[in-house]
Amino acid sequence: MSAGALTVPLRTRARRQPGPLRVAWRRPQTKTGALIALLTIALALLGPLLAPHSATQFVGPPFSPASAGAPLGTDYLGRDVLSVTLDGGRSLLWMAFAATTLGVGVGIALGMIAAYSRNLLDDLIMRLLDVLYAFPYIVLVLLFVSLLGSNQALIVLLVGVGWLPGVARTTRGITLEVITRDFVNAAAIIGIPRRTILVREVLPNLSTPLMVEYALRLTWSVGLISALSFLGFGVQPPASDWGLMINQNRDGLAANPWCVLAPIICIALFAIGTNLIADGISRSVAGIDREILP
Amino acid sequence: MSISLRPGGRARRSAFGRARGREPDRSRPRSGVGARWILRRIALGVVVVWGCSVLIFFALHALPSDPAQAILGKQATPQALAHLRSFLGLDRPVISQYLSWLGNLLQGHLGRSYATQQPVTVELMPALEDSLCLLAATAAISIPLAILLGALTALRRDGVLDRGSLFVSLLLTAVPEFVIGIVLVIVFATVVWRVLPAVALLPAHADPFSHPRQLALPVLTLVLAVVPYLYRLVRGTMIDVLESEYVTMARLKGLSEWTVVMRHALPNALIPVTQASAIIMSYLLGGIVVVEYVFGYPGIGTLLTQAISSRDIPTIEVVSIVLTAGVVLFNLTADVLTVLLTPKLRTGGQA
Repeated sequence: MSAGALTVPLRTRARRQPGPLRVAWRRPQTKTGALIALLTIALALLGPLLAPHSATQFVGPPFSPASAGAPLGTDYLGRDVLSVTLDGGRSLLWMAFAATTLGVGVGIALGMIAAYSRNLLDDLIMRLLDVLYAFPYIVLVLLFVSLLGSNQALIVLLVGVGWLPGVARTTRGITLEVITRDFVNAAAIIGIPRRTILVREVLPNLSTPLMVEYALRLTWSVGLISALSFLGFGVQPPASDWGLMINQNRDGLAANPWCVLAPIICIALFAIGTNLIADGISRSVAGIDREILP
Repeated sequence: MSISLRPGGRARRSAFGRARGREPDRSRPRSGVGARWILRRIALGVVVVWGCSVLIFFALHALPSDPAQAILGKQATPQALAHLRSFLGLDRPVISQYLSWLGNLLQGHLGRSYATQQPVTVELMPALEDSLCLLAATAAISIPLAILLGALTALRRDGVLDRGSLFVSLLLTAVPEFVIGIVLVIVFATVVWRVLPAVALLPAHADPFSHPRQLALPVLTLVLAVVPYLYRLVRGTMIDVLESEYVTMARLKGLSEWTVVMRHALPNALIPVTQASAIIMSYLLGGIVVVEYVFGYPGIGTLLTQAISSRDIPTIEVVSIVLTAGVVLFNLTADVLTVLLTPKLRTGGQA
């Protein structure tokens, strides 16, 4: 009798509920999303090794259709579209990952500090971020990029700063809810310093919603950075990336559609992949549809 | 992390002092909304626009770029550069430049464009009109469409339409607007069919609504970018409302499904949608910059990208401030509409 009573807590511990990530992984859209995103990343990273030509080599007249030497035809300068596409993903992807990591990381810190302090500092942080939130962000990015010259590090910084208000707001909201729970109180009662409480007790509870944030912001970073480069404020010729390729080759759309289709497919695949992951995680957490406005 | 630990005595009482209990929501009125609350929001909006004007002005004037050099080109003599700088007032301290610029702005003098030497308003006003036409057409199509689609998918949950729309919306929310625009150009203007013009070049001083073929693709791009967000919001709130007690009550009374949906469910589901629509409009103000560029549409976004590439600082400043003011205005509208439409907030939480 007493032995049976003893085993009960052990057994419940062994049959613990699967974590949100495991639940998310069971959803088909998460798996599909991860597959698509990894495929695009692999394409961008390994692409230069697989490319039949150099990204700056002229292989034929401009906008010539697909041939044996150039499987997807040539672009506006007569370069091989396949090789340029395989070469043009790295800068976009590293910039998107760097900007997202910067924005989400600093945003979490600001949100937790704001929720934690709940005084003048809270007001100050949140009002400043409100001003940033009120700004049509692409205008600010365009402004700085055009004035300071197109510099990849600058674009990463600006795009990252653009995600701060949203991430900080979400983090602050969840933190305010988590710190009223009993286990946080308990940790405070046994004398754990607040800083440690925030990192060890509160942060793990934020991890799943923040993963959704990360995947969503990654999708939007890809959109914003490729749009900047489409507008001509990103990488400068002769270097090329997927966004710039679309703009450069627009005039030859009728002659060789592949020179625009190839970069479009790459951008769309990566963005859709990360968006599917975000959707999979958020549904496994909330059980309902997420409604997040940009 | 610059967190200072509070004295232990307070920490022992409760983990996070003031954080316990209900969080007073500062964005909402506490007791009885009235003109005072709305005025406060307007004042806050003015402060935000002013803050942005400071940011834009000092960014443009403190950053290392010389408009005189940009206007005269690389061959300009130092004398000519100095002359132009003093003509434009660029040799004065930034603060005094800002004050005189702000003073002129408040009196309605928006400055002269460096590129055309004409008052900024000459180019701004027609561009603003064209952009507003674009926004109005987008809103007029996307809001009813989102409500219809959201209500239908909520009523036939997990049906073919619902699953199909969710899938398409996942794709459309992921890809950037300019990609949607280019795909539309491929489908409707070049490769597949050639039924619509790929560029939306309007004749000068033309009313965009009298050129529906030119307007079609830019509007369709913006609609496709916006409807996925809006319709999912309608669907979500509609599902909540349909599961509520008063809808069950209405059904138990024996009302027809049509009456239940149109009289009881939909009006309540639309309250968050009014707010979201205003927010979506402010989001579109950023979206039109890229979409106008894709189609060469002569709106305020094209004006901005052109001004940026020609370093036309007075135009950049005015366009940025107009866009900011638009965002603030739409967000303000969203807040006011929410308060006016929600009885609980209108009466300060007593309802």
